[in-house]
Amino acid sequence: MSEASVGKPMLPVAGKPPAGPRVSDGSNIFLTTKLDRLIDQARKNSLWPFPFGTACCAIEFMSTIMSHYDMSRFGAEVVRFSPRQSDLLIVAGTVTDKMAPVMVRIWEQMAEPKYVISMGACACTGGFYRAYHVVQGIDEFIPVDVYVPGCPPTPEALLQGLLRLQEMIAAGETHYQRMVAAARAKAKGAVS
Amino acid sequence: MSMSQEKLESFRRAFPPSRGVEEIPGQDIPTFQVERELLPELARRLKDDPDFDFKMLSDVCGVDWPERQARFDVVYHLYSLTHNHRLRLKVPVSEQDAVVPSVYGVWRAADWFEREVFDMFGVRFSGHPNLKRILCHPSFQGHALRKDYDPGQRWLLREGEQDEPSWAREVQEDEDHFETQVLNLGPSHPATHGTLRTVVRLDGEVITRAECEIGYLHRCFEKMSERHTWNQIIPYTDRLNYCSAMMNGVGYALAVEKLLGVEAPPRAQVIRVILSELSRIMDHIVCIGANLNDVGAMTPFLYVYQAREEIYSLLEACAGGRLTISYVRVGGLANDVPEGFEEAVRYLLRRIPPLVDDMERLITENRIFRQRTEGIGKLSAAEAVDWGWTGPCLRASGVPYDVRKTNPYLGYETYDFKVPIATTGDTYARYLVRVEEIRQSLKIVEQALKRLAPGPIITDNHHVALPPKEKVYTEMEALIWHFKLIMEGMKVPKGEVYGFTEGANGELGFYTISDGGGSPYRLHCRPPCFAVFQAYPHMLEGHMIADSIAILGSLNIIAGELDR
Repeated sequence: MSEASVGKPMLPVAGKPPAGPRVSDGSNIFLTTKLDRLIDQARKNSLWPFPFGTACCAIEFMSTIMSHYDMSRFGAEVVRFSPRQSDLLIVAGTVTDKMAPVMVRIWEQMAEPKYVISMGACACTGGFYRAYHVVQGIDEFIPVDVYVPGCPPTPEALLQGLLRLQEMIAAGETHYQRMVAAARAKAKGAVS
Repeated sequence: MSMSQEKLESFRRAFPPSRGVEEIPGQDIPTFQVERELLPELARRLKDDPDFDFKMLSDVCGVDWPERQARFDVVYHLYSLTHNHRLRLKVPVSEQDAVVPSVYGVWRAADWFEREVFDMFGVRFSGHPNLKRILCHPSFQGHALRKDYDPGQRWLLREGEQDEPSWAREVQEDEDHFETQVLNLGPSHPATHGTLRTVVRLDGEVITRAECEIGYLHRCFEKMSERHTWNQIIPYTDRLNYCSAMMNGVGYALAVEKLLGVEAPPRAQVIRVILSELSRIMDHIVCIGANLNDVGAMTPFLYVYQAREEIYSLLEACAGGRLTISYVRVGGLANDVPEGFEEAVRYLLRRIPPLVDDMERLITENRIFRQRTEGIGKLSAAEAVDWGWTGPCLRASGVPYDVRKTNPYLGYETYDFKVPIATTGDTYARYLVRVEEIRQSLKIVEQALKRLAPGPIITDNHHVALPPKEKVYTEMEALIWHFKLIMEGMKVPKGEVYGFTEGANGELGFYTISDGGGSPYRLHCRPPCFAVFQAYPHMLEGHMIADSIAILGSLNIIAGELDR
């Protein structure tokens, strides 16, 4: 797959079928891609969220993982409460100045690659709590990949946010992937 | 509700004005201004004298009057369960000498309430065992609810300044000379729903000492409400107890309506009852489900959560939002319920009982659950009252206190329902009480539905409610009222009121002070789970670490309401 197609959904590239009788063991269908892209495909479909639920949005997050909306349809149902076991931080709810160091600590403890969804108006911007004890958007402290607006967002909105994150992972657009790409480009420049 | 004349008279005789007790007439509750020196004696007498019998301290809060010589008022709300009467005490102190004797020795409920006043106003309480900030973080400078504090002024919590109990660093050995361990549960812990932190000292697996830290979700509700018009506060009240948002709005609107002297029309009252009771069911479902989930039973949560989704659909049809619906307005409701409302409620009445039955079949006689919860987290009735407990937790200890029965509002006295109580006061009892309350709430909804008659849904008092849109576009006067209400907000007459309702967790109070302006001078919320949670560290002592999770789930601590 050429460099130019990065960012587009990965499609199987069928080569010319080999001459001779067709065999059905799959050996005549092949697919070319970069190893990184293949791994990204795997990663995007098996996100393990850490629900950093602090307020009302946590209740809507609960709705999203329950049977009615069922987030497991999108490969992200393995909710883990240990930052060491998860790669997606969903900040659901208001983060206060008292809570911010806790959030940063958890984000730091997560193993890379890691992604962040900011769920709800409070996490995105502080929402309508423009006051002395409320963080005015978690991006004051940690990088955010997807902002899901709403107060609180409906489960559909959170699912859309999740799908958007999956697209971004496939396209290499998340904060982590861009950071890695930039570091690689820099290293390349240093060598040549 | 208020004290009988003879009791008031005997109070006046015992504490005449010459002793520094001054009566403030014309209040919703008998109110006395008290010199601080007299407070300990007065408090002790009010609690122990069977004539007064104020066994419960509902609320303590502060009020700032910057232009006064004695700048701060510390306001106490007392309640007597036996006489069903209330009393308000005000203790004025000056800024230079802002010290009040603590009443922790009389009512343990004062513990966190006094700490909150200290945090927010800087009033110190002499004799308080653990006086430090409670809602704001330790790096915070100043006192946020003082009138001269700029609401936009933030302080970052610096590294190494996090709060920790005074005993957390002590090295202690048990009798076998093994070192005891200090363990930190939360604020982000799989079993602490919401943002709570408990620090426990463990001897093996047994908790020997515990302390809680809260305030991780302190969203400055009371400060924000001083900056908004009366109706703009309703979205903020929704986010107090977000599991049952409707009930907070109703409680707040009732308090303001009391101050205004208006009443919502009958149709609005019936809709408020229906949606409040459905919200109570939702709240209990989350509490029970989360509690079960924590002790290892995932399946029942999946069953009952479906009931919640069904109620959400109804709320969404009424108000447009699922969770935080902002449906109440002072004087009525934002808009009428949609077509098919009655049919939808009838569907819920058919749909919810089987789901609850399913859950009960799985849990109520389940041996594992009973062994995990029976005898765990026991609190006697006297202790529970002393801690200021209300709601299902208090009723599980055997005290039949329910505001809907003792001080009915929205016509609750005309509905036929029972107040379920249990006697053991343990985690299992709290589960049983909640399940029965779900059934009683359904009974109320059923009766309310029969009374739903057509009519207006908001008062026609144009000082309070917006005029109908068609009039705004056709009549000059209506346009002016609309403009004034939107730009300035409604004007609430000068005065103060303590409005209280039965929230899902207990007595939800709004102590409201108006100076006649378009927004409250002071709005204090008395959150039920604040009082409940302060007993939690004391209940833990002697229990196993796994029990602490079972107990926590049964108390239904909602961080939004706890920290405001």
